[in-house]
Order: sequence, then C-alpha cells, then structure tokens
Amino acid sequence: MKQMADDRLVLEVDDLKTYFFTRWGVVKAVDGVSFSLRQKESLGLVGESGCGKSVTALSLLRLVPQPAGRIVGGKIRLLGEELLSKSEREMRKVRGRLISMILQDPMTSLNPVFRIGFQVGEAIQMHQGLRGKSLWDKAKEVLRLVNIPAPEARLRSYPHEMSGGMRQRVVGAIALSCQPAVLIADEPTTSLDVTIQAQYLKLLRDIQRESSMSLIFITHDFGIVAQMCDRVAVMYAGKIVERGSVLEIFDCPTHPYTQALLAAVLPVEGRPKRLFSIEGQPPSLHDLPPGCPFYERCIRRRDRCRENYPAEVEVSPGHSVNCWEAV
Amino acid sequence: MLPLLLEAVGLKKHFPVTEGLVYQRVVGWIKAVDGIDFTVKHGETFGLVGESGCGKTTTSKLILLLETKTAGTLRFDGADIHGFNSTALKRYRASVQAVFQDPYSSLNPRMRVGDIVGEPLRINNVLSASALKERVEEVLTQVGLLPEAIARYPHEFSGGQRQRIAIARSLAPYSRLIVLDEPVSALDVSIRAQIMNLLQDLQQKLGLTFLLIAHNLATVRYMSKQVAIMYTGKIVEMGESDEIFTHPLHPYTQALFYAALPSHPRHRREESPLIGEVPNPLNPPPGCLFHPRCVYAKPVCRAEEPLLREEAPGHTVACHLY
Ligand SMILES: Nc1ncnc2c1ncn2[C@@H]1O[C@H](COP(=O)(O)OP(=O)(O)OP(=O)(O)O)[C@@H](O)[C@H]1O
Ligand SMILES: Nc1ncnc2c1ncn2[C@@H]1O[C@H](COP(=O)(O)OP(=O)(O)OP(=O)(O)O)[C@@H](O)[C@H]1O
Ligand SMILES: [Mg+2]
Ligand SMILES: [Mg+2]
Repeated sequence: MKQMADDRLVLEVDDLKTYFFTRWGVVKAVDGVSFSLRQKESLGLVGESGCGKSVTALSLLRLVPQPAGRIVGGKIRLLGEELLSKSEREMRKVRGRLISMILQDPMTSLNPVFRIGFQVGEAIQMHQGLRGKSLWDKAKEVLRLVNIPAPEARLRSYPHEMSGGMRQRVVGAIALSCQPAVLIADEPTTSLDVTIQAQYLKLLRDIQRESSMSLIFITHDFGIVAQMCDRVAVMYAGKIVERGSVLEIFDCPTHPYTQALLAAVLPVEGRPKRLFSIEGQPPSLHDLPPGCPFYERCIRRRDRCRENYPAEVEVSPGHSVNCWEAV
Repeated sequence: MLPLLLEAVGLKKHFPVTEGLVYQRVVGWIKAVDGIDFTVKHGETFGLVGESGCGKTTTSKLILLLETKTAGTLRFDGADIHGFNSTALKRYRASVQAVFQDPYSSLNPRMRVGDIVGEPLRINNVLSASALKERVEEVLTQVGLLPEAIARYPHEFSGGQRQRIAIARSLAPYSRLIVLDEPVSALDVSIRAQIMNLLQDLQQKLGLTFLLIAHNLATVRYMSKQVAIMYTGKIVEMGESDEIFTHPLHPYTQALFYAALPSHPRHRREESPLIGEVPNPLNPPPGCLFHPRCVYAKPVCRAEEPLLREEAPGHTVACHLY
C-alpha cells in the first residue's frame, strides 16, 4: 500500500478536554485527546458509542453544544493557527473553508422548512460568491456529483421528501462544495447501500487526491477504515487508547479493547450461532474511576490497572497504546 | 394462530411532485413503492435490502400507518387492516412498533427517557403508574441501559445510546411486529453484536416478528430468515436468506455483494463496482429499471419490464437473464 499523505502537518490537537456540566455532575466527554493530521492523510476515529468521537470533532469546529458543554483545556492548531484563541467571528471564517464537517445526523444540519436548493445554494454562495443561474447550476452539479438522481427536481424538494441516504449525500455535498483543508466525516455513509457507498467513498478519495484535503473518518464500520484510512485512533471513555497505521491496527491490535472490537466484526460469510461481544457496558463518563476505564470489562486486568491510568507506550514506530499489560 | 403475520399484496405509494410557488401543479409522480408483494411469517425476521431511496422506509411507513397507501392491500393476522374498526386499529397500532434509522430526530428532546419509553404504553393506558415504571425499567435494562436513565433527556446520550432508548420504547407495549429500520448502524461493532444477540433472544422468548431494513449485508444475513431485494420501488429478488446470499441471481444483488467493503486494508479496492446513474424516479427508464447500470443488459431489457418468477424453489427473481 502506498503512503499517500505528505509531510506537512495540517492539524495538531494537544491534550484536548471538553466537558459537559450537567445536574448529575461533570461529563468528561473528551479527556485529554492528542493527535495530528498531515496533508492528504485520512485518519479513522473509532470506538465505543458515547466515547466522545463526535464531541471531539465538534470541538475542532468550536461547535460544542451550549451551554452545558465547554472546551476546558488543550490546544488545536489548524494550519499553524491556534483555534481556541479565536473569536466566534473569526471562527466563522474558518468553518466551511478550512475545516468542515459532515454531521452524524443529516436532519440536524438541514433546515426542514427550506428547500434543498436554497440550502445548498446558501452554502456555495457563502464561500464562492456565485449568484442567480450560475449558483443554481453549481448546486445542481454538486448534487449530481454525489449521485443524486434528477438533481434539478431535487433542488425543489424539502428535506423530509428525501430518503435517509439522499439527505446524507446532500449534507456531504454541502461540506465538499467548500473544498476545506480538513473534512471531518462523522458516520457519513450509514444510510447508503453498499454500491452508492462505494461510489461516494471513491468520490471522497478523488477529491482528496486533487485538492490535498485531509480527512477524519468517524465510523463504526471497519470496512470503511480498511478501505479509506492511513492511520487509526481508537477511543474509549473520552481518551485515545491506541493509535497506529491502519495495517498495524488490523494486524497487531494491542489494547484489549481494540482486540475485542476487531473480534466482534461480523463476517459476511457464514452465520455464527451467537455473536461475540464485549461483556458489560462502558462506564458512565461523569463518574470515571481513577485507573483504566476499560478495567471492568477487560480480560487481562490486574490490580494496578484499577489504581493508575496507564501511560502511552510505543509498541512499534508510530504505533502506541495506553495499557499496563502491553509491555 | 395463522402462519402469516403480515401480508402485502400489490402495495403502492406514489408521491406527487409539484411545481410553482402559489398555484402548485402536479408535474409528475415519484413511485416510491410500486406494487410489491411479500409475506412475513410469525416469529421470523424478514430482511429488506436495496438501493438508497428505493422505497424501504416508505414501505415500513405504510405498515406503521404513517403514510396512506396509493393502492394494494395489507393484511395482519389474515385481516385487511384497512377494514379495521377503531378498537382493532388501536390494537394494531400498539402491536406494530418501530425503531428508525435516525436516533436523533426520532426521540423528542423535551421528554425524559422514562416518558419516551413509556409513551406507547401510556397511549393505551393499560398499566398503573407503578407497573408502567417497572416495565420501563425492565426494557431499559434489557437494552443495556442503567435504570437511572429514566430521569434524563435524550441529548445527554450519544447516538448509540439513543438508539437503545428507541429499541426499549419499541419493546415496551409488548409489541408483536417491530419494524427495524437500520437498527444497529449507529452502534459500535461490539454493542451491535450485543443488540443483535438481544433481538434474537427476545424473538425466541417472546415470539416477536421483525421487519429488518439494513444496508449492512452481514447484519441482514445474520438476522433474517427471508430476504427481499428492492430496486426503485420494486422487489427484484426474494427468497431464503441463505439461498440469496450463496446464489444471488439478479445482477443488482450480485453487484451489492461484490461492492461490500474489504475486511482488511490489504484488500482495498481502487475501482468503483457499479457504474452508471441511479434511475431517476420521476422519469424511470423503459424496460428493466436496472438496465442502465447492468453489465448483462440485452435489447429485451430496454424494452420489456421483467416480472418476478420462481427460478428455484422459494427463490424468485425479476430478470430477463433467467
Ligand atoms: N449536550 C450534552 N450534555 C451532556 N452530555 C453530553 C451532551 N452531548 C454529549 N454528551 C455526552 O458526551 C459523551 C460523548 O458523546 P459523543 O456524541 O461524542 O459520542 P460518540 O463517540 O460520537 O458516540 P456514537 O458512536 O454513539 O455517535 C456521551 O457520553 C454523551 O452522553
Ligand atoms: N413525503 C414524501 N414526499 C415526497 N417524496 C417522498 C416522501 N417520502 C419519500 N419520498 C421519496 O420516495 C422515495 C423512497 O424513499 P424511502 O425513504 O422509502 O427510501 P429508502 O429505501 O428508505 O432509502 P434510504 O436507504 O436512503 O433510507 C425517494 O425517492 C424519496 O425521495
Ligand atoms: Mg457520534
Ligand atoms: Mg430509509
């Protein structure tokens, strides 16, 4: 496999902490996350439901749900500029143009009372300054790009008149139309059939090659990770617990959680009697124990795992893990 | 008890397409569901697979009475549901529940989880307040949530956790048929396995029947006894799940299986498996709807629409190749 990414660092996230202050206590949704992203690189962010993947992504755009959520620490450097010290006005110029996100839920990013054409047009206009007929034509082209049949008629549809997969592609089209330096795709293909999904993923790859865009894929689908990503970060309970190249993660998963996740992937061939799954539930994020958060569910746990959070150790160059039992 | 729980005959749903701002006139129809027949047996899972926008969700909405049919018949336990009186209709609405693909907009953000899960029970107010609370706690535990979730609001949960709340709600009124529209695509693989195991257990224990809509082929194969493949409002292939997955006949079904993503980064693919445009539902191509994307297309495919016929016992396909 060719390493496509070039050496220029586009995004550096350092010890990011995003907490929610609720009546039931402080939810440490993102608790000291660090990673970096190079130009043209694709990073896969995987992990348990509720482990903080979407909140990490929203933090990068400074769009953490208000008023409960707050970024309480860390650094986010995008193309050399520190995002956390920017004003909301400055951030508005960053969003869309430099960093853009395909939200997990297409319905929250589309306004139900406006037609699709208006919403796509608005996004294009903001960044490319087109008007009138040329704006309409551009919007049509953008929908055609993501394989929406009859784009002309679809521009007149309201979001509820489209199928789940069409809405998802419209949201993707809007994010792509601005040609950002970094695109975060949060579960971008969950409602697409596999043939359309394959075409859509190929489109992302082609755009990435042409425009040197960097991608962050948030997904539960290891097929997407295998197909699209250069590197993988595995999250658990607000922290990245393992990171490495995609081959390292698939061939030598080291954290017991990563190992269990890969073992739980359901094969298309054959039909097992009962599916393997990790026993137990993830811990609740407002009451985290001091040690390793995976302790309760871990098959290799020892006493020290309960007492102290394991430091990051390198297993091989570029592949590291936070686990006491890894060394 | 009849062996068939649900039966659809010639089911259709066409949506008008309008133009004009003030005086809207109908300029065409989207044939979202265009004459489909299928049967779902008691205690079994029926899988519905197909292209994005082919009418799967619309089919489920017709069953849930969230859309009114354009034509056709739906029978539940042998009785035509459009002939139901108000009591029978109320019972039907409680017996048929759904979990939709979108765990965000399907849960009311202003209601507490306990009220959301208890809602279908309260509509039919059969339980006392304390029995209701007990039932809500029971189903929450069954889907792997802590009972303390009752007092919280949906926004405090992640996508995956919200989907479990939706599953709990669908279980609450002791339903008989549950429509599962992408029930596990928002869950990580491990929780996904837990939920699928749970759904299987519940099915066995309670004799539940599922109509499963999913794009993940492994999920469909694992869960379903019978499978139907849809393309632009029509069923193009149908049969036992194991048979379809080992001997797919329709070129679209074959393309679907071929397009499945690699299980390892070494098996990455460069080319995109299917070329050609998805048919325009406003102006569908003549003949077989799949012919513009089909590698085997012959002249007859452009002229004549193929009908569903039995190719092997219990395995039907609509394609001129057979
Ligand atoms: N507005 C909020 N108020 C309180 N807690 C919140 C809020 N939004 C998110 N959280 C909490 O933050 C944690 C992380 O949520 P996040 O949405 O990032 O998870 P995720 O990893 O994206 O999960 P999924 O795979 O299910 O989408 C969750 O435990 C969730 O309960
Ligand atoms: N209320 C509506 N008004 C107009 N058209 C509609 C409406 N609801 C659905 N449609 C159209 O009907 C067709 C089928 O939509 P449906 O939601 O059933 O697809 P689906 O198979 O569930 O797709 P997906 O896999 O993307 O969710 C689509 O072309 C859609 O745009
Ligand atoms: Mg998320
Ligand atoms: Mg749908």
